[in-house]
Amino acid sequence: MRHENLFMGDQIMYRIYRRTNLSVSLAALAFACTAGLPALAQTAGATSAPTAPTITDGTRLFEDFGGKPGLVKIMDDFMDNLLADSRTKPFFAPADQAHIKAMLVEQFCQILNGGCVYSGKDMATAHAGMGVTEGDFYALVEDLQKAMNKNHIPFASQNRLLAALAPQHRDIVEK
Amino acid sequence: MTSKIWTSAAFAALTGCVCAPAMAQTAGMSDRLLLTGGVSEVEGAAGGGLTPWALIGGYGTRDQLGASGYYTHVDTDDYSLESFGALLAVNDRVEFSISQQRFNLQDVGASLGLGSNYKIDVTTYGAKVRVLGDAILEQDSWIPQVAVGVLYKDNNRDTLVKSLGADHSDGADFYVSATKLLLAHSLLLNATARLTRANQFGILGQSGDYKPEFEGSAAYLLTRKIAVGAEIRTKPDNLAGLKEDTAYDAFVAYAPTKNLAVTLAYADLGNIVVGDQRGLYISLQAGF
Repeated sequence: MRHENLFMGDQIMYRIYRRTNLSVSLAALAFACTAGLPALAQTAGATSAPTAPTITDGTRLFEDFGGKPGLVKIMDDFMDNLLADSRTKPFFAPADQAHIKAMLVEQFCQILNGGCVYSGKDMATAHAGMGVTEGDFYALVEDLQKAMNKNHIPFASQNRLLAALAPQHRDIVEK
Repeated sequence: MTSKIWTSAAFAALTGCVCAPAMAQTAGMSDRLLLTGGVSEVEGAAGGGLTPWALIGGYGTRDQLGASGYYTHVDTDDYSLESFGALLAVNDRVEFSISQQRFNLQDVGASLGLGSNYKIDVTTYGAKVRVLGDAILEQDSWIPQVAVGVLYKDNNRDTLVKSLGADHSDGADFYVSATKLLLAHSLLLNATARLTRANQFGILGQSGDYKPEFEGSAAYLLTRKIAVGAEIRTKPDNLAGLKEDTAYDAFVAYAPTKNLAVTLAYADLGNIVVGDQRGLYISLQAGF
């Protein structure tokens, strides 16, 4: 089930979608507990929005990241890390790094409820045909964690952002 | 028995020497995130200290191999327990482990007429398969990672454990584990249900019918490299006159790199023959 055109303006529809997804997950969990069916792995929620949903419970999170200037600094360090990491360098060295950084700032700002609107491609389109492995994806997470640590972002706040980003693996990692 | 120890050592060496070059030919190695392979539980499977988790050991992704070796020492009021072994993980899906639990009766051995520092060795062969879910990546789903596993325990003191009332010296435990990382809360939870008839982890053999036991772990992530937590493990109580209790521990695990992890814990194993056994647990793990 794909939702390519699910933009952030359509919050209500998105919430309904999320809730449906959650109840499906809970039903599946209850079923898995009683029946123990391995096949249910396939039914775990499968979203494909342009980016992850905005975290709306509280306003501190965006401040924890230093607002937009903080995100800009994090992305500079993040890109440095990605280019220094032999696992991620092949993807980012030939790319328009300034554009990627700007899009990441926009995307993270939106997720962190910083009032931005992500204007980039959805994750599936942006990564189509790149052959990103699960290992590449984790390498990127590590490089992001290091950049956030360097910028003294509280670890718990880092994890809230990463939890929002993690489901993007479905659109980024090729099976 | 010595041959079994050497089997363990050879397995550990093999996983290090044979797998490492094989890995170099693939896209990469050790790409999963720090501590997401758990540590080595006392029976050799990837997990907490006392219980296996649904996480597959090592740091290999779905395209990679992983492996680790460990040494654990638990020093309780009247005994010491050494555990060491290795595991090999394939594609973050299947985990094979072999380990040795060496239980030293210290002075209790002398008082039982067995001699001071009498040792009981259990060799444990483990296999675990991830059947469902991804504890780390599926952060918008409540479905945990679920794995099923078996731990076959081969006890070398057949006569002794039978004289204490065990029906068999050897036997298998079967378990299902569900693990979920609640990343937004920096919390990892695990629940394990185990069918077992092992007395004192199998150190005193096997008795009675298979019964379901419960094991639970909670770990809070302080940093990328440090987790603190606690565990509980219920156990059967099948040996007449030798009451067996629930075991607990509280731990801190530190992984400075993906090749090394140190776990320190305080464990309460409950009564083992002569009284309550509490003490320090230290474990070192190396792997990739």
